[in-house]
Amino acid sequence: MTSEWPLWEVFIRSQHGLAHKHAGSLHASDAEMAMKNARDVYTRRNEGVSIWVVKSADVVASAPGDREALFDPANDKVYRHPTFFPMPDEVKHI
Amino acid sequence: MYAQMVDTGLNKVVDASQMSPQEQAFQARIDADVKVEPRDWMPEAYRRTLVRQIQQHAHSEVVGQLPEGNWVTRAPTLKRKAILMAKIQDEAGHGLYLYSAAETLGVSRDDLIDDLHAGKVKYSSIFNYPTLNWADIGAIGWLVDGAAIMNQIPLCRCSYGPYARAMVRICKEESFHQRQGFDIMMAMCRGSADQKAMAQDALDRWWWPSLMMFGPSDAESVHSAQSMRWKIKLLSNDELRQRFVDQTVPQAEYLGLRVPDPALRWNAQSGHYETGPIDWAEFQAVLRGHGPCNRDRIRVRKEAWDDGQWVREAAMAHARKRAERESRAAA
Ligand SMILES: [Fe+2]
Ligand SMILES: [Fe+2]
Repeated sequence: MTSEWPLWEVFIRSQHGLAHKHAGSLHASDAEMAMKNARDVYTRRNEGVSIWVVKSADVVASAPGDREALFDPANDKVYRHPTFFPMPDEVKHI
Repeated sequence: MYAQMVDTGLNKVVDASQMSPQEQAFQARIDADVKVEPRDWMPEAYRRTLVRQIQQHAHSEVVGQLPEGNWVTRAPTLKRKAILMAKIQDEAGHGLYLYSAAETLGVSRDDLIDDLHAGKVKYSSIFNYPTLNWADIGAIGWLVDGAAIMNQIPLCRCSYGPYARAMVRICKEESFHQRQGFDIMMAMCRGSADQKAMAQDALDRWWWPSLMMFGPSDAESVHSAQSMRWKIKLLSNDELRQRFVDQTVPQAEYLGLRVPDPALRWNAQSGHYETGPIDWAEFQAVLRGHGPCNRDRIRVRKEAWDDGQWVREAAMAHARKRAERESRAAA
């Protein structure tokens, strides 16, 4: 009988990091073990102050084929960037 | 290297005229240094070759713990023991990062481990040599990890995203490994005459196997040429070996040790060291299973795997039982 433990994705927030960042994955039988293993494998050199573990099977990812449909529409909306609006030199703090 | 003579399953390099439009688009992205990610389309040969290469690499990290583990209980001081354990623990982590990278290509961890135990997939030739005394731990860190770094730094730029990211993590950790080895060598070379002789003896035994780690010249190899087009191999075996020699010989001189190669000489014109011939018959024999420790390494790995079977099953049964209890309580 195969007894392969489920796969988990590990996210770490570093000391000065603003958000959790994907660090890698590991196998564990449950959440508690995933947390312990994540600590042992991904924070041996003070890489983090906070860990998230998520079952890989629960991650919903965008498909490579949907890249254009999802991301191209942002290309022609340059007005979403502040640089789209030139400001006169005399106007300060804006 | 940690992955030696990786077979692409092809007998000639695929040129653009033989490629489907999909394959051409794939190669164009690689040429443009766009990373390939797990869910992207990729040619089957690319996927298969990567699985083989990453798997060999992972097995090498794991089996590489065995020669060093041999000296944990006999480290000369508590400090050296703690350092060695930290180093070996890193190698377990390296194995795990790499197995994870291979798993993104659609293979299971258990299958990868079965392949190792069945002798279907190799690990690096270097780990079939024995660690006879403490100086060997110094020589391994200095030479073997040094050679590994040489190979792994270019791989941080390889075309497959998960493999490249694993390499970045690994390279960050490796330089501690090489330095702790050199530190052991320095301590022994500054010690008594007997200690220095042990250091020399370790260099004598590990020098040639370390050069063999890079594998035979692959200037003519179809597999290497194809792997280079795919950017899962960045530099030739000879190129990496030369870099290693150029970097290591002055370090041996600093230690006051003699490199065991009577033909070794500095070529001022090329700016490189020239070395004597490598005994490739020995390398081939080790790959075929006739190194000093081949059988022992696999036996120990299998034992550890089999002895852990009930733990893996019990942990899973426990997790299932708890999940059931929780869902019943919630209902
Ligand atoms: Fe390693
Ligand atoms: Fe290492």
